[in-house]
Amino acid sequence: MQGDFEAAIDCDVHPRLPTPKALSAHMDDFWRDTVEVRGIDVWDSAAYPANAPFTVRPDWRQARADASPAGLAAATLDRFGFGHAILNCLFPVQAFRDENLAAAFARATNDWIAREWLDKDPRLRASLVLPIQSPARSVEEIERLAADRRFVQVLVLAMGESPLGKSRYWPIYAAAEKHGFALGVHAGSSYHQAVTGSGWPSYFIEDYAAQAAGFHTQLGSLICEGVFVKYPKLKVVLIESGVSWLPPYLWRLAKSWRGVRQEVPWLDRSPEEFARDHVRLTLQPFDAPPGAAHIGRILDQLQSDDMLLFATDFPHWQFDGEAMLPAGLAPELKRKILIDNALATYPRLGRSP
Amino acid sequence: MNLDAPLRHEPATESEADPRLPANTRLKIIDGDVHPALRSPADLKPYLSQRWWEHFQTWGGRRRSGMSYEPYPKSQPRASRRDAWPEEGGAPGSSLRLMREQFLDAYGIEYGILGPLGLTGQSEFNLEFAGAIASAANDWQRESFSKPEPRLKSAIVVPYDDAEAAAREIDKRADDPAYAQVFMLTRSQEPAGRKRYWPIYAAAERHGLPVGMHVFGASGHPYTGAGWPSYYIEESSGHSTSCQTVVTSLVMEGVFERFPKLKVVIIEGGFGWLPALTWRLDKLFERMRSEVPHLKRRPSEYIREHIWLTTQPMEEPKDPRQLFDVMEWIGWDRLLFASDYPHWDFDDPFRAFPAGLPRERLHQILTSNGKAVYRLA
Repeated sequence: MQGDFEAAIDCDVHPRLPTPKALSAHMDDFWRDTVEVRGIDVWDSAAYPANAPFTVRPDWRQARADASPAGLAAATLDRFGFGHAILNCLFPVQAFRDENLAAAFARATNDWIAREWLDKDPRLRASLVLPIQSPARSVEEIERLAADRRFVQVLVLAMGESPLGKSRYWPIYAAAEKHGFALGVHAGSSYHQAVTGSGWPSYFIEDYAAQAAGFHTQLGSLICEGVFVKYPKLKVVLIESGVSWLPPYLWRLAKSWRGVRQEVPWLDRSPEEFARDHVRLTLQPFDAPPGAAHIGRILDQLQSDDMLLFATDFPHWQFDGEAMLPAGLAPELKRKILIDNALATYPRLGRSP
Repeated sequence: MNLDAPLRHEPATESEADPRLPANTRLKIIDGDVHPALRSPADLKPYLSQRWWEHFQTWGGRRRSGMSYEPYPKSQPRASRRDAWPEEGGAPGSSLRLMREQFLDAYGIEYGILGPLGLTGQSEFNLEFAGAIASAANDWQRESFSKPEPRLKSAIVVPYDDAEAAAREIDKRADDPAYAQVFMLTRSQEPAGRKRYWPIYAAAERHGLPVGMHVFGASGHPYTGAGWPSYYIEESSGHSTSCQTVVTSLVMEGVFERFPKLKVVIIEGGFGWLPALTWRLDKLFERMRSEVPHLKRRPSEYIREHIWLTTQPMEEPKDPRQLFDVMEWIGWDRLLFASDYPHWDFDDPFRAFPAGLPRERLHQILTSNGKAVYRLA
């Protein structure tokens, strides 16, 4: 088994969420006092309920595999021989309404990742968590850590206050492009507003299902606002999106564009072309029927072998056993998914830290 | 895409000219999405009490988008075909004469299922006003369209965010054969499966009427879970996401367990998104069924049994076989042709479907599926 995944790059791994107290150890005196004095001892969002079976796969839960770099290594990196894993910390920095708190917790989260994870295992890489509430402070955070090449991506959520293509966010993309960071958009919400355009659903299962719709919005926004015209080197990675929603949405967006493109005259190409050049998707979860029956036809809809990135989505329970990839992939495509596509997406990954 | 819409159909598919098909199955098109329009708001005056007419004159419409009309300017006037403006004045869709000439007769439409948008009360803050306008819209459809033109079937527009009033409106109209469906919009105040809406589904099931869920509406929330997009292209391409909310919520809340005969038609949201959503829901259900123990079957089974979709605006992959795959995965008996007349992205029943669609499949979509869903006798 190990041979199949030798040197693979796992593009979506989640460390167990730190507590505010653990993060406060990476804050300056003022913010450490703030956390203490104001009693910020719990800061959890409604995403990924801690005890829900989906949140941590049962065998990994039992082994506490997500609690430490050693646990992660035993569960995946050592076991399968992965070359790298990219950490996406989902501590809900985005949920703060106060951008000062958001910036303080984003800095602390990134420093915690560097000290508690990246320093402990040279195979680990990470995304920089951004205080997206403030584009200016997000840029400051990118500049602060740009020299640490173990950070390969900047991380935002699929649902925030405004669609990501809006020009208020462009300084973030300018900084990301300048330093060779990919823009990672991960499933999740700031929960500053309802997760659907029809309000709040009753169940977590609906919330998670709705994340795919969040990706529709973000992709449409990034393309239609002209982000890829303005930042031609920017790569966007849609993380934990489900994948198979993408082609039908692009068919629709491209058809709309043919009809109403006078509204967005800066788009000099079809939305499908922008997507193929700039958009990448992690391959867990992969929303497909059981078995191998339709997988080839679903993947053919992408019209590209460059877009998919291997990911386990550790420790979320997306697959059983070792079924990390869809069945029946051709060897060349598998090699691209496991290694080459990630190297092309994350230029910082190929350089020594 | 709208300037050259033909006034008379020219046979463009084999099926309609195929002599092997029995005459009574030819060209009997059922169109699941036709938009009638008011000539002016005064068209509703005969059906409103003085109290509500004066209210409307004084206060106008106040929608949950914060606007009196749509918050995204359209790509063209009234989002309509430029050749659909009646000589006698009024908006596209307001002239029965032109609708017959340009649409019903030109294409051999056997039945057109009406879906009024605009002044229907459905996104109003004031629910009493919403109920009065919806009821007036129902009288107006019947008197102005279905009565003089039996090929046009009215929709029972319901003020869905006041479900008791909505159920009363259904009960009041259901025995009248002029009406073929209950009509809601996809962006309701809460996801469509929530209990507050169940009286509507109970009434629809009781009377054997399908519930049409047409895109649009204003919920009071941003139009997406990620906020307000800037452009009409984003709004129109994003309608499928509100349809996904409807399907997910109806399934997960157990609406189809509670109302096992309920039929739901998703209108004007396209259909390419449904397989991915269905696979996603099935996988999530496997992991999280303890959260929704009221579900007795997999989401895909409820969807396969209870959900239909109209075809327009159809997704257009470069390779039509990819579209046929999607249709196959959804089920050929679940797709209903819709033209969206008189809107700009009108689908011509003879030109909208890619070459290579087997004629028996086209026949299902154009004719037989609609007969199975709508009460057309």
